[in-house]
Amino acid sequence: MKEILELLEHNARLSTGELASMLQKSEYEIEKEIAVLEKEKIILSYGALINWEKFGDDVVTAIIEINLTPQREVGFDAIAERIYRFDEVRTVYLMSGNFDLLVIIEGKSLKDVANFVATRLAPIEGVTQTRSHFMLKAYKKDGVIMEDEDSDRRLVVAP
Amino acid sequence: MMWQDKLSSSVKSVAPSGIRKFFDIAAKMQDVISLGVGEPDFVTPWSIRESCVYSLERGYTSYTANRGMLKLREEIARHYVEKFNVAYDVDTEILVTVGVSEALDLALRAILNPGDEVLIPEPCYVSYQACTFMANGVPVSVPAKIENEFRITPEELEPFVTPKTKAILIGYPNNPTGAIMEREDLLKIADFAEAHDLIVISDEIYGDLTYGGVHECFSALPKMRDRTILLNGFSKAYAMTGWRIGYALSNPDFIGAMTKIHQYTILCAPITAQMAAIEALKRGEKYMKKMVADYDRRRRLIYDGFKTLGLDSFEPKGAFYIFPNITASGLTSEDFAEKLIQAEHVALVPGTAFGKCGAGHVRCSYATSVDKISEALNRIEHFLKNHH
Repeated sequence: MKEILELLEHNARLSTGELASMLQKSEYEIEKEIAVLEKEKIILSYGALINWEKFGDDVVTAIIEINLTPQREVGFDAIAERIYRFDEVRTVYLMSGNFDLLVIIEGKSLKDVANFVATRLAPIEGVTQTRSHFMLKAYKKDGVIMEDEDSDRRLVVAP
Repeated sequence: MMWQDKLSSSVKSVAPSGIRKFFDIAAKMQDVISLGVGEPDFVTPWSIRESCVYSLERGYTSYTANRGMLKLREEIARHYVEKFNVAYDVDTEILVTVGVSEALDLALRAILNPGDEVLIPEPCYVSYQACTFMANGVPVSVPAKIENEFRITPEELEPFVTPKTKAILIGYPNNPTGAIMEREDLLKIADFAEAHDLIVISDEIYGDLTYGGVHECFSALPKMRDRTILLNGFSKAYAMTGWRIGYALSNPDFIGAMTKIHQYTILCAPITAQMAAIEALKRGEKYMKKMVADYDRRRRLIYDGFKTLGLDSFEPKGAFYIFPNITASGLTSEDFAEKLIQAEHVALVPGTAFGKCGAGHVRCSYATSVDKISEALNRIEHFLKNHH
């Protein structure tokens, strides 16, 4: 099962037939295993990693550090949930160190993102401080180098 | 042309490589999918490249000891003790070379007198015969059989033994067939070598690329350590082909003689490549294992693919080649390769480039991405349906 996950994580477009050959299983077995992984929410979705900047879309990404006052019984979870339910919020992590939540937000413009932080995040009860960092350039994302020269430099035929 | 007449007769009589022609055709095409490449599609792991850059920054730009840097020889010795439980003395039994290619040339030149014969099981790497010949030896081709998954046996070798036979040159896992030899197969070859008092040159460059089992090191077999000249390097396992770095392991007499030639012709392997090789042995294994796991999956994919196409192949257990039988197409291996590249732009290498007994087969390298392997198989399927 782990091998299926590793393969799909890098290339979700592998066909059932290809997976079956590579893992020496039948297509039926592969389909069944994937169905289980999806049902158990181990596989959450199948996406493509896209360089939107190259496509021409202007996206502003901000990383927000948030300090919280933890709440009785639920700690940080309830506030985290209020935050991660927003569509604008791409990623939320609970962190150790000088702040509590690391939130990644995408918006159409700087103003758009700043406005979202000021009007939606900062006023949430329990949020004591926010610090916004705007991203200038992505070099590598989820293990993929954004501007990699992947040209094959090998000779076409070699002994 | 009169300059032709001035060439040495031994060089003149070496036949040009059968691979050249396909390279020339493929190099002119735009959308070629090449299954003809005999090297990894990975770039050298960054940790290895980075350590080489660092060594340059620190000014490691000098000659090294003829035999190679002590640190590298120590790492090689440690590697062989840990992996195969066979010990080599770092001062007298290890020689670092410019790839296995140089090591092979040195080994042959060190042991052959003019007219000495070398048994060479075929199909095999394209250099074996030519290097033997250029070392004034006589290459004696011994065809291996597809029925036996291209393993060589003493029964097949025996008829070719003469009083002039000096050595046997084997390369497993095998380029071009992907064949391996199991321990019991190698033990028989060891007995055969001992019975005829032959030197064994064992090219184990693909040793780390063994699937579903472990590689058997020839010199680790009982009584074979001193009789064997073991050749290995970093090109295939660590994706370091262009670095040109390898080594030879054997008894002090053989390594001493090889070092004598090496010191006058090469002096030493490049220091930058030696620094990278140290890093590969010290910390590169995890990257290597990841690449090997990738090759293994592609191997299964291409093996299933050829089976589905009706082109029989035994299951290759090593290197990154599969050697399917293409006689079902009604074509010779040269015609198959040439028509396939013209019609479908898929490059592969006819089996005959690796010896006469490779006829009816083609060598396909699966050191390429899964997408390209799948697309190549589709194109070959299209070719098989349409060319009749």
